[in-house]
Amino acid sequence: MTITIEERREQALAALPPHREPGFWARTNRWIRTHLVQFFAAFALLFMFLPVMIVVLFSFNVPAGRFNYNWNQFSTIAWTNVWSDDQITSAVKLSIEIALVATTVSVVLGTLIAFAIGRHNFRGRGGINLLIFMPMATPEVVMGSSLLTLFVTAQLEGSLGFGTITVAHIMFCISFVVVTVKARIAGLDSRLEQAAMDLYADERTTFMKITFPLVLPGIVAAALLAFSLSFDDFVITNFTSGQAVTFPMFVWGANTRGIPPEANVVGALMFIIALVVVLVPEVVKRVRKN
Amino acid sequence: MSEQTTSTAAPVSTSGGGADLHIVDVTKRFGSFKAVDDLTLTIPAGSFFALLGPSGCGKTTTLRMVAGLEEPSAGRIVIGNEDVTHKKPYKRPVNTVFQSYALFPHLDIFENVAFGLRRSGSKDVRNEVEAMLELVELSTYARRKPTQLSGGQQQRVAVARALINKPEVLLLDEPLGALDLKLRRQMQIELKRIQTDVGITFVHVTHDQEEAMTMADTIAVMNAGQVEQMGAPMELYENPVTTFVANFLGQSNLIKGELTGKTGGDASLLVQGQRMAMPTARVHSERDEVWVGVRPEKMQISRAGTAVEGENSMAGVVTDASYIGVSTQYLVKLPWGQEVSIFSQNLSTEGPLGAGEDVVLHWNPAHTFALDASQDADAGAEKVEGDE
Amino acid sequence: MSAAPAPGAAAPADDVARSVGTKAWTPYALLSPGMLWLAIFFLIPTVMLARMSLSSGSAFAGDGTFTFSVKSLQWGNYGDAISKYVIDSPIFQKSLIYALIATVLCLAIAYPLAYTIAFKAGRWRNLLLVLVIAPFFTSFLLRTTAWSTILSDSSVVVQFMESTGMLNVLHAINTPDSWPTWTQIFPDGLTGENRVLQTPLAVILGITYNFLPFMTLPLFASLERIDIRLIEAATDLYSSAFTAFRKVTFPLSLPGVVAGTLLTFIPAAGDPVNAALLGAANDSLMGNAIDAQFKATGNYPLAASLSVMLMVVIVTMVALYVRRAGTEELV
Repeated sequence: MTITIEERREQALAALPPHREPGFWARTNRWIRTHLVQFFAAFALLFMFLPVMIVVLFSFNVPAGRFNYNWNQFSTIAWTNVWSDDQITSAVKLSIEIALVATTVSVVLGTLIAFAIGRHNFRGRGGINLLIFMPMATPEVVMGSSLLTLFVTAQLEGSLGFGTITVAHIMFCISFVVVTVKARIAGLDSRLEQAAMDLYADERTTFMKITFPLVLPGIVAAALLAFSLSFDDFVITNFTSGQAVTFPMFVWGANTRGIPPEANVVGALMFIIALVVVLVPEVVKRVRKN
Repeated sequence: MSEQTTSTAAPVSTSGGGADLHIVDVTKRFGSFKAVDDLTLTIPAGSFFALLGPSGCGKTTTLRMVAGLEEPSAGRIVIGNEDVTHKKPYKRPVNTVFQSYALFPHLDIFENVAFGLRRSGSKDVRNEVEAMLELVELSTYARRKPTQLSGGQQQRVAVARALINKPEVLLLDEPLGALDLKLRRQMQIELKRIQTDVGITFVHVTHDQEEAMTMADTIAVMNAGQVEQMGAPMELYENPVTTFVANFLGQSNLIKGELTGKTGGDASLLVQGQRMAMPTARVHSERDEVWVGVRPEKMQISRAGTAVEGENSMAGVVTDASYIGVSTQYLVKLPWGQEVSIFSQNLSTEGPLGAGEDVVLHWNPAHTFALDASQDADAGAEKVEGDE
Repeated sequence: MSAAPAPGAAAPADDVARSVGTKAWTPYALLSPGMLWLAIFFLIPTVMLARMSLSSGSAFAGDGTFTFSVKSLQWGNYGDAISKYVIDSPIFQKSLIYALIATVLCLAIAYPLAYTIAFKAGRWRNLLLVLVIAPFFTSFLLRTTAWSTILSDSSVVVQFMESTGMLNVLHAINTPDSWPTWTQIFPDGLTGENRVLQTPLAVILGITYNFLPFMTLPLFASLERIDIRLIEAATDLYSSAFTAFRKVTFPLSLPGVVAGTLLTFIPAAGDPVNAALLGAANDSLMGNAIDAQFKATGNYPLAASLSVMLMVVIVTMVALYVRRAGTEELV
């Protein structure tokens, strides 16, 4: 009556249904099903990058007519000529100046707010959250026109320009800075600060040695975002610029008579610089790890 | 609740081996919740002291108040001769090994360990850190970032980072909780060794009774913001004074009984109609209604009919027997329906008794303890044995 | 672990940071400079805008000044705005419909992307996140005009759509001529018979494209917070992948969906750029109307009342959100 374990095993194996390798189509089908999400994500990325690629590609084009919409002929002439066009040069210069000031001020103001919201409890939180959120949800046209109304009412129509553009850019950048930095602060383990205090660091030292360095990546990201938002803004700038011409204003103005490939060069350069700024530290980190 | 602290006027030692830590009438409220309730404790210099209790018992809050990360609602905290109750954490001669370590992710191991020294303006940071890394056997990892280390290595960095500052008191908040069982055992021995080497006061918070018993020379069992019992591990285990301690520290069989008289050093009991004896010194009840307690491994199990002379005994039926190698664990049903557990050494060559067998349980009267029956017999027992 | 303080109503603020070395006025000191800026350059202008919408005058006529009087509020500006931009030509409705379609498309495109970055990207996660915001750095006007190339009549995309008959279908989606004027949102179909550029679809695609990051990032932020074990637990409890998504992942990501919608729908409804660059000459939206009334006509009061109409939509949507979910998740 007794059987050995080996015999039992043999019996059990014999009773198993025959094993069948899934066929090619079954495997393909399965692969597609499990990677469907990634497939759509890749499509989304393509959707996002297609126009960027067109912008870069057409910076090497020699347009046949006024409009740089159809591919004609490869040339690097726009790249070598880009800074000889005074209009573009001065527009880019103005945009960079505005973006630098707007970034600096909005990063400082926004970071302070982010620390208040992320690290303190206070009365009136709801109102503050709302006031920070609203500029992000309001159409730029509404903000631009209301700012223009303010400036007109304050009889500043004559002095629209660098100052009014910058003031406006700081306003809409603050909210994005707050959101970015606050996310970083929220992800910070408060025990790290407790540990620092436990190791004889007073509040100031704890902030300088622990809190700030750990929040810094968030602040840098916020600065990049603020810079790009400011550099790229057209709608609000259009209301507050007066006679000043920023780079987007230049592109807008050039649109009706044809945007020169030199503008594409500027767009491509911005893109490349941003990628370098963001990716180089990442690459350095990976190389160091190895 | 009971046998509380030793005298708060213990002599203050300031010689190298740390300082006494006094917690005096400390209460901590969070809103209406009392996390720590009028706690008084003295932790003598140079001891390895464990605060043991289930989560929510107030042990971590107590530790955080000593560290200065929480301010007591009432009471005082004194280290050596210095009242630190309202001092900032960075002005206290204590350092903490945090739960899951809290190593600074942006600093390498060397800088993590050097952090405290740099703050206190030490002259010879380099050599001191190197010596400390040597002690915890991490010299080759000095330039790595914390995330590149294993859990056990991170744990050693956390200890080194705190210890290098030569605090009067080192606080350890569940320091081994994140490690796997094998590594935990190894680190327990390691920590004990370090404590013996440096001789400073260690205060160790844990919910793991085995960890506390392995390392600490004194354990305070906490429950609901108060100390239930304090003493050496063996004293606590062998002679618990409350049902909470009896159940939280190991397991206990508690059977309803009545104290019928005391003659000299012996007390007599009536348990379900059966006479029993026990030492008077192990009676921890003002009332005659008591829980008669015996640890499962102190009970012996024999086939019914075995003669037992001079021991307390009672009859029962085996309902379950689990062979676990070093012992066999029995569940035995007593005539009035209660089940008790017995851990029996596998000394017999006949193999374990089976379910359904009539047995007699017997034990040395000196192993009996009696607790006030007004307490909940299941207090502290929610914790599953061998938790984690 | 033991006895964590009961968290205050909606305050993520850290107990220790507060208990050690901070004063009651510290948060206000941190807040005031930035909030003052937002008050002066966002809040007050919005009030000024509302005031302007009830004023009379024109920038280019008379002495170029505006009169506001509580005794004679110029509600007629709103009457003009409604008769011109709601009844005579359905620009207001059209803007909302375009924005709605674009928002739905954004959600459909951004969700798989955010999901992939949050759960499937592994070590590529940071790189992918960078890629999502990278297009931001190329001038968005240039990127928008690039769609003129992609959607030009002879382009691969349009040729493909035409040969598969998609264009015919899209062209057939229109508002019949027999419907009243105020419903004429797509009088000539979503696309032309053989073209996409300068049709509603091009504008909607442009809006979708431009606002995609504003949908992706909040979605990612809320997906990232979901513990992947919850999804695994759902599949362990006999949910199919799809059911797990429907019952666990999606409900938990709702804050992101709502935040993304708020950041996409309303700004999109006021966008003037896509209609101007990609749409037909007569296909203007609210953004273009406001822009034109301000810049070309100088009729600030009329433009302001159009802006206020958009603001009313925004405030209503945000208020509905806040009533349900509070303000903590907004920022």
